[in-house]
Amino acid sequence: MQLNIAFLYADLMNIYGDRGNIITLQQRCQWRGIAVTVDSPTVGDPLDTEKYDLYFFGGGQDQQQVAVSADLQRGGKGERLAAALRDGAACLSVCGGYQLLGHYYQPHNSAQLPGIGYFNATSRAEADRYIGNVVVESEMFGTLVGFENHSARTYLQDETIKPLGRVVVGKGNNGRDRLEGAVYQNSIGCYLHGSVLPKNPGLADWLIERALHRRYGAVQLEPLDDSVERLAHEAAIIRAKQTK
Amino acid sequence: MANLRSSISIAAGKGSAWLTRRIGRGGTALPGLVASTLDPHLIGKLTRSLPRGAAVVTGTNGKTTTTRMISTILQHAEWRVLHNRSGSNLIRGLAATLVQAASVGGKLPADFALFEVDEAAVPAAMLEVQPRLLLFNNLFRDQLDRYGEVENVRRKWVDALKQVRVGTTVLLNADDPGIASLGLGLDSATVLYFGLDDEEGAHDMGALQHQADSLECPVCRTHLAYEAVYTAHVGRYYCPNCGFKRPTPHFRARRVLLHGTQGSTVLLSTPDGEGELAVQVPGLYNVYNALAATAASMTLGLTLAQVQAGLAEFKAAFGRIERIAIGDKSLLMALVKNPVGFNEVMRMLLASEDRLHLLILINDLFADGRDVSWLWDVDFELLTKAHELAAVTTGGIRAEEMALRLKYAGVDPALISIVAGDAPTARGKTHLYDTALDKALASTPTGTTLYVLPTYTAMLGLREVLAERGLVKQFWEDLCS
Repeated sequence: MQLNIAFLYADLMNIYGDRGNIITLQQRCQWRGIAVTVDSPTVGDPLDTEKYDLYFFGGGQDQQQVAVSADLQRGGKGERLAAALRDGAACLSVCGGYQLLGHYYQPHNSAQLPGIGYFNATSRAEADRYIGNVVVESEMFGTLVGFENHSARTYLQDETIKPLGRVVVGKGNNGRDRLEGAVYQNSIGCYLHGSVLPKNPGLADWLIERALHRRYGAVQLEPLDDSVERLAHEAAIIRAKQTK
Repeated sequence: MANLRSSISIAAGKGSAWLTRRIGRGGTALPGLVASTLDPHLIGKLTRSLPRGAAVVTGTNGKTTTTRMISTILQHAEWRVLHNRSGSNLIRGLAATLVQAASVGGKLPADFALFEVDEAAVPAAMLEVQPRLLLFNNLFRDQLDRYGEVENVRRKWVDALKQVRVGTTVLLNADDPGIASLGLGLDSATVLYFGLDDEEGAHDMGALQHQADSLECPVCRTHLAYEAVYTAHVGRYYCPNCGFKRPTPHFRARRVLLHGTQGSTVLLSTPDGEGELAVQVPGLYNVYNALAATAASMTLGLTLAQVQAGLAEFKAAFGRIERIAIGDKSLLMALVKNPVGFNEVMRMLLASEDRLHLLILINDLFADGRDVSWLWDVDFELLTKAHELAAVTTGGIRAEEMALRLKYAGVDPALISIVAGDAPTARGKTHLYDTALDKALASTPTGTTLYVLPTYTAMLGLREVLAERGLVKQFWEDLCS
């Protein structure tokens, strides 16, 4: 089996250690003998949606997000990405990437950035930034832990798009409805940096399983020794509760 | 001369310094906070009285080391330098340095003030200090929870420089495009550059690293092209679109020989001629610090010979690079605080011939950065290549996260020991540095070196442990020495 990953705009949307997510996906496949390729298509590059089963779309600085939004609007690239996700490709999006998978991101003092409209969600920046540790209780994944750093408030628009979970510590999507992230089909959006996947390995394995399933049908992932992962997960939760 | 208000605030600041000392905590900024609350213009009043003026040094990495190098060089040339040695580099830290040195009448026992300044405090420091020399070292991805995005920091500097006093000298790192571009259109100041020429291509990494934060041309936002990369986005670059390119440096390191963890030899070219510089602290990043310190000292009027003589006496600041003998073993401590700095320290360690014994201490307190995401941007994968990693102990508040990062870098988990650190208690102390140290020392064979890589507050905590064991002086003793 081979998993082909697209690290979207890796040169522009890779802040707060988002790269740790790619490292985690790669290692957890390799430890199981699953071959992995990672490409980093960026502004101006074609996007081969036939090739990839797993997309990672990280966060970036405001200026870079403008360039990425514009690139997705050119030549139907964003539409092709949305079609691939609707077709069942797996995706993890964090922060800026999460915002651009929705309908739009409205920055604080500049023009609205169109998203690809895959997530039925909208995001709007406000003056104060949410910065701190986050703990989320998720029906699908149990307890998740990460670190948020965003000024955008994201609102899920209807019942078809589910939140990733409920915020126990931190602010989450918008600091108001106590919800964090989004799950739609095989795609996840969230504000969890940290990096999120290494210390939430269940989430990593779900993405790998969904991506492989699309190409190879039902797969059973071999269990791994996650003792260090669990220690880091627990320590991060304790730390989040101490610092809230 | 100080007026009554200044005198009162100096006295109050001194009182709080005495009190802090009595309580036995190494607090370094409180006196400044007290004094500058009572007299907000105290810094300017005091520095204006200095016959040789003042200088400000900033940048993500190397502030403390560069400032200490300049101070050592100037003092060797018999300047009387007032310097925020402790690294307390916010505005109140500058005020504290001045207040503690000043007489109640406002007289300073110095002829020159030298300040390292936190990146975010640069605009305020420029206004308050009115320095004759401003040095910008580099701009890397650092504690994003504190500073926000790298471009925001740079934009604040650009705005602050619009107000720069006529006649100020602005010294810029030519090799960092985000820094070099600060000189564009800066007509009221004298702009000078320093940089690495590396004529033999010995330090070119061949490709941009993923931590590079300055990929776009600061003028036209086109992707920059690189002829050589020395670290992150630092190198020889040009914009294929608008013609912006690395300026030709006035102070150039023509050739750099790195001697592992021992230091390096640099062939320098300056407006005062050429010469060799012996840098006593290791790593290419310290070559940049030495180059910046040379450029600063010479801009202030010293000769190359004075720089060479002064720098030969340089010792690193506490924890930055520190060698300590512990029985029949030695300990080399190097501060780590962001991806680029951590990578540079690892490059330096990997240049040594030893099988590496490491102790990595990661905290997530405010001064360390509360977000440990940055560990995932560090290239720990380097440790699994080329050299043998003998053992690594992880400690500090986020010991487990560090161990996890090493596991995903491909380090054999059997080589990793975790000594879980406690969170800070009410007394503000973090525990278990002693346990972590003992564990790491136990796995370090006689006659070899344990390399200790702590974040800032972990370094302070470990230093306390070393002081209790009589191996180093207390933090505040270092301040007053």
